[in-house]
Amino acid sequence: MAAYLDYNAGAPTRPEVAAAVAEALAAPGNPSSVHGPGRAARHRVEQARAQVAALVGADPAAVVFTSGGTEANALALAGSGRRRRIVSAVEHPSVLDAGLAEAIPVDAGGVVDLAALAAMLVASDEPALVSVMLANNETGAIQPVAEAARLAHAHGALLHCDAAQAAGRITVDLTALGADFLTLSAHKMGGPAGVGALVLADGGFPLAPILQGGGQERRRRAGTENVAGIAGMGAAAGIARDDVARGHPISDLREMRDRLERQALKSVSECVIVSGSVSRLPNTTCLALPGLAGQTQVMALDLAGIAVSAGAACSSGKVADSRVLAAMGLAPEIRGSAIRVSLGWASRPEDVDAFLAAWAELARRKGFDVAEAVLAA
Amino acid sequence: MAYSDKVIDHYEHPRNVGALDKDDGSVGTGLVGAPACGDVMKLQIKVSPEGIIEDAKFKTFGCGSAIASSSLVTEWVKGKTLDEAASIKNTDIAQELALPPVKIHCSVLAEDAIKAAIADYKKKSG
Amino acid sequence: MTAALSTKACPTLTRPAGAPVYLDYQATTPCDPRVVETMLPWFTEKFGNPHSRNHRYGWEAEEAVEKAREQIAELIGADAKEIIFTSGATESNNLALKGVAHFYREKKNHIITVVTEHKCVLDTCRHLEQEGFKVTYLPVQANGLIDMSELEAAITDQTAIVSVMTVNNEIGVIQPVAEIGALCRKRGVFFHTDCAQAVGKVPLDVNAMNIDLMSISAHKLYGPKGIGALYVRRRPRVRLVPMINGGGQERGMRSGTLATPLCVGFGEACAIAKAEMASESERLMGLRNRLLGGLRQRLPEIYVNGDLDSRVPGNLNISFAFVEGEGLMMGVKDLAVSSGSACTSASLEPSYVLRALGLDAEMAHTSLRFGLGRFTTGEDIDFAIDHIVQAVEHLRSMSPLWDMHLEGIDIKSIEWAEH
Repeated sequence: MAAYLDYNAGAPTRPEVAAAVAEALAAPGNPSSVHGPGRAARHRVEQARAQVAALVGADPAAVVFTSGGTEANALALAGSGRRRRIVSAVEHPSVLDAGLAEAIPVDAGGVVDLAALAAMLVASDEPALVSVMLANNETGAIQPVAEAARLAHAHGALLHCDAAQAAGRITVDLTALGADFLTLSAHKMGGPAGVGALVLADGGFPLAPILQGGGQERRRRAGTENVAGIAGMGAAAGIARDDVARGHPISDLREMRDRLERQALKSVSECVIVSGSVSRLPNTTCLALPGLAGQTQVMALDLAGIAVSAGAACSSGKVADSRVLAAMGLAPEIRGSAIRVSLGWASRPEDVDAFLAAWAELARRKGFDVAEAVLAA
Repeated sequence: MAYSDKVIDHYEHPRNVGALDKDDGSVGTGLVGAPACGDVMKLQIKVSPEGIIEDAKFKTFGCGSAIASSSLVTEWVKGKTLDEAASIKNTDIAQELALPPVKIHCSVLAEDAIKAAIADYKKKSG
Repeated sequence: MTAALSTKACPTLTRPAGAPVYLDYQATTPCDPRVVETMLPWFTEKFGNPHSRNHRYGWEAEEAVEKAREQIAELIGADAKEIIFTSGATESNNLALKGVAHFYREKKNHIITVVTEHKCVLDTCRHLEQEGFKVTYLPVQANGLIDMSELEAAITDQTAIVSVMTVNNEIGVIQPVAEIGALCRKRGVFFHTDCAQAVGKVPLDVNAMNIDLMSISAHKLYGPKGIGALYVRRRPRVRLVPMINGGGQERGMRSGTLATPLCVGFGEACAIAKAEMASESERLMGLRNRLLGGLRQRLPEIYVNGDLDSRVPGNLNISFAFVEGEGLMMGVKDLAVSSGSACTSASLEPSYVLRALGLDAEMAHTSLRFGLGRFTTGEDIDFAIDHIVQAVEHLRSMSPLWDMHLEGIDIKSIEWAEH
């Protein structure tokens, strides 16, 4: 039985979103053109901008569409004009590896150490940009962004928050977070890949563009707009907003995730839930089974038709040891045996059952003591 | 660019397009603007011995807003005294046609065209 | 792939009632329905992240992305490994120029480009000037083409890169890229060309033409918006400093999750273009001749901007003397055409490309760009001719400049009060 449980790498496009994308793909017109087809394309873009703004409680004029979360992060870092960058040690590589980064340590639960941040802020007078993600892609751990923002602002720093993994899963409110810049990625919330946004708290912030050219996106991001992608992101943002407001089907995901963890712990007692003791995204679990390599687990699960991941998907061409788990100071046997299971809008309880059965069976084959009740179920 | 209904109406059905004899002593001709700037307006008025504008004609090279502005002022000046016509303000034109900010210069040009036509008439009648 | 194409004839696009005839193919092209069809499953059924190495959803996405990379490479005679996916030609142009300039800045600090380049090339060059690089902006001749001797004279031992677009977006002229490439190779200078308007329209071969970097846009060749590519030569190797860091995708030159549906659509668009380019060019040339012939027959005082011979078949740029461009746009409301470049259409400035040809501002103001493409029909052209003739005659009947012309007055002899 096939089960896709890798939503943090990318969610399948929602049917409503696919319809919006298909409709926009079929329509001609460049949003910069003044004629009818051009104006129709412009309308699609502006409608989506309003939907994305509404998701995070921002002004539509403060939404800058990009080619994805990675570009949005690059734009925030370079565009802020700050040469000193203080970023959490568990950030996405597009933040951590963009140069100039001083890493804020995290605790064993994967949560940033605010005292360390405060000490770093006072260590230099140079105005800094602080970047702290809202939720981690590997562990799901939710970061104290609002507190980090208060600290940053008290020291004249700006705060960037990568909310790519959080949007559509928990409430993302720009004002409550106190962030100056917020990154969103469409394909993490059921929208199409190839589109994202950087949302500014202050629409008037003089963001320095990284792409020079036409005056698109209020001169903040040149290039013909990805109209179909943007329309899809708008549709996905609309659904995400409704989901989070209703708390449903997110509560179902949480229930499925929690059941998965309970059953896993029950079936193999050596199993460890990484970041299990901290506040996390409702859809993510990072499960370690010391003694059984993460890569072995994902390959065996794939043979059983179940898609999960070990390490982040972005390290193209290499599946390296997780830097996130290393930053948390976890022991090598935990780091090396962790897999990530992430649920999303199309996940069903049967997917969790399939995972549990295949995983427990694998553990049993590899010599772990597996509770019989779980195997029978 | 979205044009107002009034601009579209004047563009599609311009009032008083044409020319008056510029050598006639009762005719004043105003030619304002420049081809390089994208608008040229020619506005002509025919003034009665009593000082009333009894006819007006225009020809305009320019965008829809420029054409509409000149068409509108030919309607407005007819029947007015020279002083009344001279008091027409570009803001009145812009407001009547709901011109967007980037097109305000069209209404300014139309106001200039009236003033130039009146000045030409006054110069001729000495 | 090619076999599948030959059985799938070029579709027609039906125009919704009341919609204008689309003649703005240089601004963007409609996505070919065959392209859309290949893309859709990659949104819904096959949705893996192509960088996921752990499961088959990722593998099948990666395979599709690599096939697309090959389709793109084939169209320009490149190796698939030399194709870097980007978000579009604007990003490709930024990456090519900044990437090379920044990588080689210790040794070389001079860039050569042309005044008629796309805005994003010119803006990137201005940005690099602010960083301390020297930029030479070559002029063009009255036909829009550069003078090779001027380029030759401009190259110094400090020159890192020459950037000349293959096809101009406003006037469609084709620059002598093979000659430029040969000269650059001889002088040891990298040659970048913005081919957003050229790929799929004219035959290109990166090796025969000695092109080191080439920017490509999918949405100008019936593919989706939001994706493009930069060809980066491997031998002799061109090195770049990336603008977007992160996961290390695209040989480290461009990080970010690849959008599988966009890649697939881009690849399919290239495959279709490769199969149909020759016949399509011939058809478009017929349509363009019909349009120009029809207009010339019925309207005096119209002028083609840019060389008519060294030009892509799908472009005509015409100045209609004594009428104003924006007024004309309003008059031809049943046609979707552009007056000046789509990117700068909000400005009231006349096109810098036309000014660079030496056109007076007034002639630049009266220009319309007609972009013909895959879904343009003979009926569209006949409709366009009637519509334009009607609008131009209406506006000329209202134009004081036309009256002066008829009276034999040279409008240049008049002292205009410029405002």
